[in-house]
Amino acid sequence: MIESIIAWVMALLAFIAAVYAVEAKDLLSSAISAGIASLVVSILFLMLHAPDVAITEASIGAGLTMAIFVYSIGRTERWEK
Amino acid sequence: MRRMAGIVLAALLFACIMYAFTFVKTYDYNSSDYYYTDPIEGGKVNETVTGHYIENTKNETGAINAVTAIVVEYRGFDTLGEVTVLFTASTGVSMLLYSLHQRRKRREANLILKEGSKIVLPFILLTGAYIFIHGHLTPGGGFPGGSVIASGFLLMMVAYPKYFLKESRVSITESVAGMIFVLIGMLGLVFASYFLENFLSLGDVGRLFSAGIIPIIYIAIGFKVGAELSGIMNNLKGVEE
Repeated sequence: MIESIIAWVMALLAFIAAVYAVEAKDLLSSAISAGIASLVVSILFLMLHAPDVAITEASIGAGLTMAIFVYSIGRTERWEK
Repeated sequence: MRRMAGIVLAALLFACIMYAFTFVKTYDYNSSDYYYTDPIEGGKVNETVTGHYIENTKNETGAINAVTAIVVEYRGFDTLGEVTVLFTASTGVSMLLYSLHQRRKRREANLILKEGSKIVLPFILLTGAYIFIHGHLTPGGGFPGGSVIASGFLLMMVAYPKYFLKESRVSITESVAGMIFVLIGMLGLVFASYFLENFLSLGDVGRLFSAGIIPIIYIAIGFKVGAELSGIMNNLKGVEE
């Protein structure tokens, strides 16, 4: 019971973060929001008994991809027109 | 209006996926979904690939982690292609960004990040190494371990504006690891019958030194992936002032 409640909360968080990542005009907060979505999804993977996928998702999705986005924003523009 | 419609559609899709999750079943070893009865001789016969892998990987490859057994042993050639794709991507990034090197002032990070990253870095590297050395025993393997190591170097790059990896060291690590992978595959041709065949003895299943070539190949993959991802980060960060 408690597990399914946690799973629902995590999934809702991931959904909200993903929608915000698409809709936000500030690309920096959009990138950070996408990172939060990956982190929450990695917790979901852990709950679905896939620890190896969770490790990969946490380090690549939340760490490296976000860093690539942030560095790219630093080289281009921060605000979406 | 169109934005709202998009969000509502996404919410509906999300609700459908979450509803589908409630039907997910765990693996039932004796369930009739995975076996059927042999019409002539009777008795259970393996119907699915999943059942075969779960039942036989330990005896056939010596690896407890079935995912590793599939990635390195049964589908080893695919993994070689996957590593090549990653290599091509990292080469492409460095080629694209080579002419775009910008010199810019960066702000110093704060004290907590600077000192904390010094303390945490060895543990991150150790965790990454543990993940790929124990790839045949515990969850994880070369790709997760390599990306954990790369995220450790990323932490140092974020904390210290003047921290850079030496380009030559990154590329030498990457090339040597890739060559070890291909060489071990070739040795399979020499000592056994086909490319990437396990020619070493399987040893005691469950020990660190077991499963033949699987740990060696996964260590090589871990170094290669770590070097490639750190190299991409290094290139994105720019050049030294």
